[in-house]
Amino acid sequence: MLIDVHAHFLHDRTPRADWRERNASRLRAGERVGITFHVASILGSWGHTSPTYFPSPADCRYGNDRMLDLQREHAGRIRGYVAVNPNYTDDALSEIRRCLDAGMIGIKLAASRRADDRLLDPVCRLAAERGVPVLHHVWQHRRRDYPAQEASDARELATLAGRHPTVPFILAHIGGGGDWLHSLPLLRAVPNILVDLSGSGVDGGMLEACLDAVGVERLLWGCDLTIETGWAKLRYLEYLLPAEEIELVRWRNAARIFPRGAFPAD
Amino acid sequence: MRIDVNAFLGAYPFRRVPGTSPEQLLGAMDRTGVDEAWVTHLPGIFWRDPHEGNAWLLDTGGRHRRLRPVPAIQPEIAGWDEVLRVAVSARAPAVRCDPTFHGIAPSGAAMRKLAAACAAAGLPLMLAVRLEDGRQRHPNDAAGELPAAAVRALIRADPALRLVVTHADRPFIEEVHFGSTPEEARRLWWDVSWVWGPPEDHLQTLIGNVGSDRFVFGTGQPLRLPENGVAKLDLLDLDEEARAAIESGNAGRLRGPAR
Repeated sequence: MLIDVHAHFLHDRTPRADWRERNASRLRAGERVGITFHVASILGSWGHTSPTYFPSPADCRYGNDRMLDLQREHAGRIRGYVAVNPNYTDDALSEIRRCLDAGMIGIKLAASRRADDRLLDPVCRLAAERGVPVLHHVWQHRRRDYPAQEASDARELATLAGRHPTVPFILAHIGGGGDWLHSLPLLRAVPNILVDLSGSGVDGGMLEACLDAVGVERLLWGCDLTIETGWAKLRYLEYLLPAEEIELVRWRNAARIFPRGAFPAD
Repeated sequence: MRIDVNAFLGAYPFRRVPGTSPEQLLGAMDRTGVDEAWVTHLPGIFWRDPHEGNAWLLDTGGRHRRLRPVPAIQPEIAGWDEVLRVAVSARAPAVRCDPTFHGIAPSGAAMRKLAAACAAAGLPLMLAVRLEDGRQRHPNDAAGELPAAAVRALIRADPALRLVVTHADRPFIEEVHFGSTPEEARRLWWDVSWVWGPPEDHLQTLIGNVGSDRFVFGTGQPLRLPENGVAKLDLLDLDEEARAAIESGNAGRLRGPAR
């Protein structure tokens, strides 16, 4: 079994005319790599009618509805995160309840509000109540405010995770931009943060540093926007690790933090 | 046969990178089925006189025949033309220059002289757009990325020049390819190391629009995992002939006479 914990899909109300081809390409590449489940989110309208990282509640609902459609159409292949904008607290909470009730298995928080902001607490309390993980978009070492997002870094996610010790937090795409060497030492002492290995970065030494910082039991495999980099990291880990530890990264760690029964073999 | 045109030996100044010795690089090549690697002395790129790394590089190439040295040239340092002569006599597959790391104008007079000399010598000139993701570079690693305009200017500078550009992404490649005449574009080769695969399918699109004859296999190892290049090819819809051209055929036609 192989679980991609960080995938995305597009829909008809995004800026992408080729949205069907991109969705199909992800599934086709997944077949070649052997991905059993794509755990995916849709970030509102991906900038079409509200900003990707500051989606309106209406765009969140539409995107989540399409995510639910995909989960239904590909019941044996796709699972969903409910994506919300925590600035709209009441909308976010009701949307999380609606989508988890409909079968989604986690919550996606991107970059609408800094991770250490108290406004995220109600969302995380609901995650604890429902027993689901929170995948949080992270810029590895944010040195300034970047345009079009209120990005968080590992230190800010660690603050949030410390306030909600029973919630598993997934630090998004360690290879997805920024200085991963800055993030990793901050995670060592925060046991409820797991590291998602996705991102276009395939730096030599990065996987060894991840293993050193958090150990194999806190690593989750994923691709995000580049499936080839995910496959490359998996191939290298297969060289680095014994078979029983590879299974942890491939799927067992993911099965441990998502709700029981989210995947048929867990 | 698989030729990696984009590999390095030696320490990186901005972070610890494992696997930088010749023996470790050969081990990584064995692991990923790479038969031959074109290698540059990595620390030398950041030295005030990059030529000082070339003697060790050529010596290493003499001891490990799967490693083909790509000597670095800084064309504003006197004696660079001798470096080019040595590279030709050592049958190097290419020479490289990274003008932004050397702090010289990417398409200035010195670069044009180097381009003309490489063209006259029949040796391809290699340029890297970047070595690391700009979002993670050391705060003091402030050299700019190679501009696409510089590549367009250089390929126009001499009708016999051949350029190998590494670490370029799809927008960069498209800008230069379609900003060049077909004759100019036929003298440009791109390595696949920084081009995205599915679901965006940038490499598949480029192979369709630009042509498989323009691409060479490159990884950027050991700064980047060489597995990435192989995985990228494994995800393409590509016939055997086109794959073989990218993996080795195009590079084989580029390099100088085999030893």
